[in-house]
Amino acid sequence: MSAVEYEPVIGLEIHVQLSTRTKMFCGCALSFGEPPNTRTCPVCLGLPGTLPVANAEAIHYGLMIGMALGCDLAPRSIFHRKNYFYPDLPKGYQISQYDEPLCRGGRLGDVRIHRVHLEEDAAKLVHVGASGRLHASDASIVDFNRGGTPLAEIVTEPDVRSAEQASEWLKLLRTTLRQLGVSDVNMEEGSLRCDANISVRPVGTKELGTKTELKNMNSFRFIERGIKAEVERQIGILRDGGQVVQETLHYDPTTGAITSLRSKEEAHDYRYFPEPDLTPVSITQAMLDRAREALPELPAAREARFKDELGLNGESARLLAWRAELGDYFESALSSNGVEAQPLANWVTNELVQRLGGDADPAESKVEPSALAKLVALVGERKVTQGAAKQVLDKLVAEGGDPQAIVEAEGLGAVGGADELAPVVAAALEANPDIAERLRGGDMKPIGVIVGHVMRETKGRADGGEVTRLVREQLGL
Amino acid sequence: MIDREQVLHVARLARLELSEDEVSRMSSELSKVLDHIEKISALDLDGVPATTHVVEVENALRPDEPRPSLPREVALASAPATQDDGFLVPSPQA
Ligand SMILES: [Zn+2]
Repeated sequence: MSAVEYEPVIGLEIHVQLSTRTKMFCGCALSFGEPPNTRTCPVCLGLPGTLPVANAEAIHYGLMIGMALGCDLAPRSIFHRKNYFYPDLPKGYQISQYDEPLCRGGRLGDVRIHRVHLEEDAAKLVHVGASGRLHASDASIVDFNRGGTPLAEIVTEPDVRSAEQASEWLKLLRTTLRQLGVSDVNMEEGSLRCDANISVRPVGTKELGTKTELKNMNSFRFIERGIKAEVERQIGILRDGGQVVQETLHYDPTTGAITSLRSKEEAHDYRYFPEPDLTPVSITQAMLDRAREALPELPAAREARFKDELGLNGESARLLAWRAELGDYFESALSSNGVEAQPLANWVTNELVQRLGGDADPAESKVEPSALAKLVALVGERKVTQGAAKQVLDKLVAEGGDPQAIVEAEGLGAVGGADELAPVVAAALEANPDIAERLRGGDMKPIGVIVGHVMRETKGRADGGEVTRLVREQLGL
Repeated sequence: MIDREQVLHVARLARLELSEDEVSRMSSELSKVLDHIEKISALDLDGVPATTHVVEVENALRPDEPRPSLPREVALASAPATQDDGFLVPSPQA
C-alpha cells in the first residue's frame, strides 16, 4: 500500500469574554468569582416580559476587534435567537448574531478571519453526583452570574496547518486582544476559549475532508496536544480505510482520550430567527471614530516598526511584537542608554527568556531593563565578553543589581589588550605544540583549541577575536 | 405539506409532548400556515430585502453602567428546587 501523506486543515472558533462593566443585554455587573446567583436580574434570568437592551460598550469593543483584525464592518447588523434547550440558557435560546454579523472577513498574521460576532455567554453548571441530598441519580446546580456576559466570537478560515501554528496564532490573537484592552483573555479563567474544526486531506489535494469539532480547550498546551491527537486519530482512520464521522468531540488532557459529545447533537437544528426585542445596530461615523481613536499600536504594526525603524531582523521583531510584555521590556531597556537595538533584542529574546522560562514577564523579574541595557552595552564596548556577560546575567536574574558592580566584584571584566592576553596566548601555544605546528603550516582549523584553552584560563573573559589576532601575530602568520 | 415526522421533530426540539390526535391536527394546521406563506412566494420579491424588524428603530443601546442586581433570595424564590445557593435542575447529561 502506498503511503499517502496527509495534511491537517484547521479552523478556529474563539470565544472572548469582553471586559465591559455590565452584561450584554442588562445592567448586571460582570461577575469575578462572586457568590453564586448574586449578579442576576429579570433580564438575564430570562423571566417573561423582560426586554434586553444591547450594551453600547460591547458594540464599541466589537468594532475595535473588527478594526484590529482588518474586518469589513457591517453598516447594519442584527441579533438572532439561536434556539436550544440547555439548563445554562434560561430563555431557551441564546441571543447571538447569525447572517448579519458585526464584522466579516479580515486577517491576523497568516490566518484569514471569516467573521466576528457578538453574543451572550451561558450560565455556569455545576454537576452534583448521587451522593448529594438528592434521591435522583444526577443533578446540576445553575449559577447565572456568568449568564449574559458579552462575548465576541471570532471565527477563522481553515488556514491553520498544524497544532503548533494554532497555538502560536492564538498567542498572537491573545496579545492583540490584550493590547486592545477589550478582554482579560485568560484561558484558565475562561475569558478566552477555543474550539477547533479539524479535518485532514491528502497533501496536494484541495477538497476538504470531513471535519470534527474539538470543544473548549482551556490552555495553549491542551490545544496543541488536543489538535495533534485528533489529527492522528483521523489519519489513522483513513489509513485503515475508514471514514471520519462528523461529530463534536471532547479532549481529556489528563488521559489524552478523545470522546464524542453526543448530548447536544440533536440540538443542531437551531431555528435562528431575528430577535424582535432588539433593534438593528447601524454603525454611525461617531462610533467608527471612537473605535478608531481607541486603537493602540497592535502587534503587526509594532513588528513592522521594529523592523523598519530599529532595523531588527524578522525573527526578533516578530517575537518582541507578538509577546507584548517582551516588546515593552525591550523598548524600556532601549530607552535607557546608547545600547544597540539588535544585540539588545537578542539578549532579551534568547538569554533572558531562556533564564526566566516559558511565558514569564521579564518586568516581574529582578533584572531591571536598564541593567540589561548596560550589560549589553558593556559587551558592545568589549569590556565584557559574551561568555562572562552570561554569568553576569545569571547573577542579575538571581539577585538583581548593577552589571558594572557585578563585573567588578566577580572579576568578570574582559582580559583587555595585548599586554594582559599575550602571555596567556603564548602559554596556550606552548601547551599545545602539535596544534601550533599545524597552524604554522597554514591549517587554521584547530585554532579553536587554542581559543578554548585561553577561554578556560581566563574564565571566559577573553575576547575571541583578539585571541585569534594574537595567535596569528605570535606565529608570524 | 407537513408530515407526521416533521411535526414530531419540531415537537421534540420545542420539548412538546403531543398525543396522537394532536400530531395529526398539527400536521394539517401547520400545513395551512405554510400554504398561507406560499402565497407570498407567488409575488415577485427580487430585490426586496427580508424584513427582520417591523418597527424602524435603530441603535437602541444602553450605556455600560451597572444597575443593582436582585438579592439572591429573590432570584431563587421562584425556582422549583434549590441547592447550594443555586437553581437545582435535572442533569442535562442524565
Ligand atoms: Zn441581569
